[in-house]
Amino acid sequence: MKLMKYLGAAALALAVTGTANAENVKIGVVLPFSGANADLGQQMDKAFDLYVKLHAKDIAPNTVELIKRDEGPPTGAQAKTVATELITNDKVNMLAGFSFSPSSIALAPVVTQAKIPMVISNAGTAWITNLSPYIVRLSFSMWHHGYPMGAFAYDKIGCKTAALAYTDFPPGKDSTEAFKTGFEKAGGKIVDSVPLGSPVQVPDFTPYFQKIKDEKPDCMYVFIPSGAHATGVTKAYGELGMRKAGVKLIGPMDLIPDNKLQDMGDAAIGTIVMGNYAVDLENAENKAFNEEWHKAYGKDSYPDFMSAAAWDSMHAIFDAIKKLNGKVDDGAKVVDAMKGWSTNGPRGHVMIDADTRDIVQDEHAMEVIRKPDGKLGIKVLGTTKAVKDECKVQKIGRCAS
Amino acid sequence: MPHFAIIAVSILFDGLAYAMFLFITSVGLSVTMGLMGFVNLAHGAFAMAGGYIVVSLTRNLGIGFVPSLAVAAVTVGAVSVVFERGLYRRLYKATDLEQVLLTIGLAFMAIATATYLYGPIPKSVPLPEWLQGDINLGFRSFPSYRAFLIVLGVVLVTVLWYAFERTNIGAKIRAAVDNRRMAESVGINVDLLFTLTFAVGSGLAALGGGLAIQLFGLSPSFAVLYLVLFLIVVAVGGLGSLKGTLMAALVIGIIDTGGKYLLAEAGGFFIYAITVVVLLIKPAGFYGRE
Repeated sequence: MKLMKYLGAAALALAVTGTANAENVKIGVVLPFSGANADLGQQMDKAFDLYVKLHAKDIAPNTVELIKRDEGPPTGAQAKTVATELITNDKVNMLAGFSFSPSSIALAPVVTQAKIPMVISNAGTAWITNLSPYIVRLSFSMWHHGYPMGAFAYDKIGCKTAALAYTDFPPGKDSTEAFKTGFEKAGGKIVDSVPLGSPVQVPDFTPYFQKIKDEKPDCMYVFIPSGAHATGVTKAYGELGMRKAGVKLIGPMDLIPDNKLQDMGDAAIGTIVMGNYAVDLENAENKAFNEEWHKAYGKDSYPDFMSAAAWDSMHAIFDAIKKLNGKVDDGAKVVDAMKGWSTNGPRGHVMIDADTRDIVQDEHAMEVIRKPDGKLGIKVLGTTKAVKDECKVQKIGRCAS
Repeated sequence: MPHFAIIAVSILFDGLAYAMFLFITSVGLSVTMGLMGFVNLAHGAFAMAGGYIVVSLTRNLGIGFVPSLAVAAVTVGAVSVVFERGLYRRLYKATDLEQVLLTIGLAFMAIATATYLYGPIPKSVPLPEWLQGDINLGFRSFPSYRAFLIVLGVVLVTVLWYAFERTNIGAKIRAAVDNRRMAESVGINVDLLFTLTFAVGSGLAALGGGLAIQLFGLSPSFAVLYLVLFLIVVAVGGLGSLKGTLMAALVIGIIDTGGKYLLAEAGGFFIYAITVVVLLIKPAGFYGRE
């Protein structure tokens, strides 16, 4: 009798696991939650949470579990430590997040060895995707913005000469290189290239910009790691009266993140950037995204390009989980499932290029304006559809291998 | 005016403004370290608190920028007395390590509190009309905010110099820095003196924090991010010396600005180079006791 009872229990247990068959997918989220760039982490973290909250039903009966760790400063060391811990101790199925290029660069060999997919939601140095076949990037390459900005600045903004200024770490060099390549090809001349110190703290930008002001270029192309630096750039630029002196401020969209734009004041008006997202971008998905965001985080909280990329990142992850029916143990299969993936997201139509695992998306030239309602916003000056990472297309430098 | 002269004037001007910020924020740290040998790594947290008070007053209550600075300095100065009496004084006789642990712990708690209250997004302040824009001197225009920093700095240096060198309390402070046991034995209440200077120093730090918002923006990590800078000023100037702190702030402010302008590739190298050279020649700083 007793034996029968055991057998019955065993059969029941088998039946239960057999029918439910639900997988819990563990996703390690690595974002900066401390330090000068903590707000970048918050922008992406909020988007991840919002997506999971609204779309958990899409992958039912499977579930996801986000395990969050602090990426630390933009130097890579801490990110590597926490990500390795996530892989070995928490046994995550994939990693997502990554604000900074140094983190992604440091981590590439680890994910290759562990065969864990790594979904990048921000870090934009072009050649990062070449470092591991397990890296998929949903954000952008520096060349997405920098390269087309070169020709646009020369032809449309009227920059015949330009000075470059960049935060001295990999994406800074990459972004200015991208702009320079496009700008010189169009016929422009670079008069100076000024490194702006390390990304760890916001420097006093005034001496750097004063020097550039003295050189009187038509335009100043600035790359900074968004966040606190962006506000600093606008302040120093405004304080020095550079626009009045005839030096236009241009750059990638990192200069005017939506969550800080209202704080920047009049000094920001007239800044022209190249980028893939702004709150004011007109499409149905973006409108819905903004409504959900305000509902969840209040009317004074704005998503920005990082939030939009994080939103699409989670979307791609969810679609891969759905496609594989929760069987995500084989990292290579997860990456394969994401190759060629496309959607209409807040940024418009985006696609993951099957060859490079990097994103293909629309790029907009945007100018900061004062909107009729008194708030700062952007006006789209021009749009290029389906832009690929030009660094890998042209196989320039480290993008070749 | 020849080109190099314009550049020199420009570097001097920006460097001076930067130096004044460094002086205002660091002087309190120098005096408290000189007086009590107390290592207060939470000094940056007091500066940050001042910054957030200015943000709240200007943005939420619509109070002007300059009055807000004053309120922030007084409030933080007063609150710092509570910390000094309640926490710090217990560790005056403790080892450096224990002091460092307490104060860096306080700094981290301050960061967490600021993040909870204000979030990690960097804050800015609305400036009055007369602090925006620039002043044109013909051959060159200068940002008016930086001119304001210089004027404020010069006024504070004068007031502090007078208080330090020409008043009874100043003489007592100098005596206590030079030889504390002697000062105590002639009846100077060094304990009370310390509370007073601690409050003034913290208040000045808060003022510096308020002034820094326009320079660097304000986020919770301010409490530790720029602390190294303040400690360098204190070390190069010499503990407990007003003159030394001023000299160090000037040298570091101007050379750092000049380095950024003339040789941006070298980045933050200059600050550290000066620190190493000065401390090699004078291990106690410009005016520290050997």
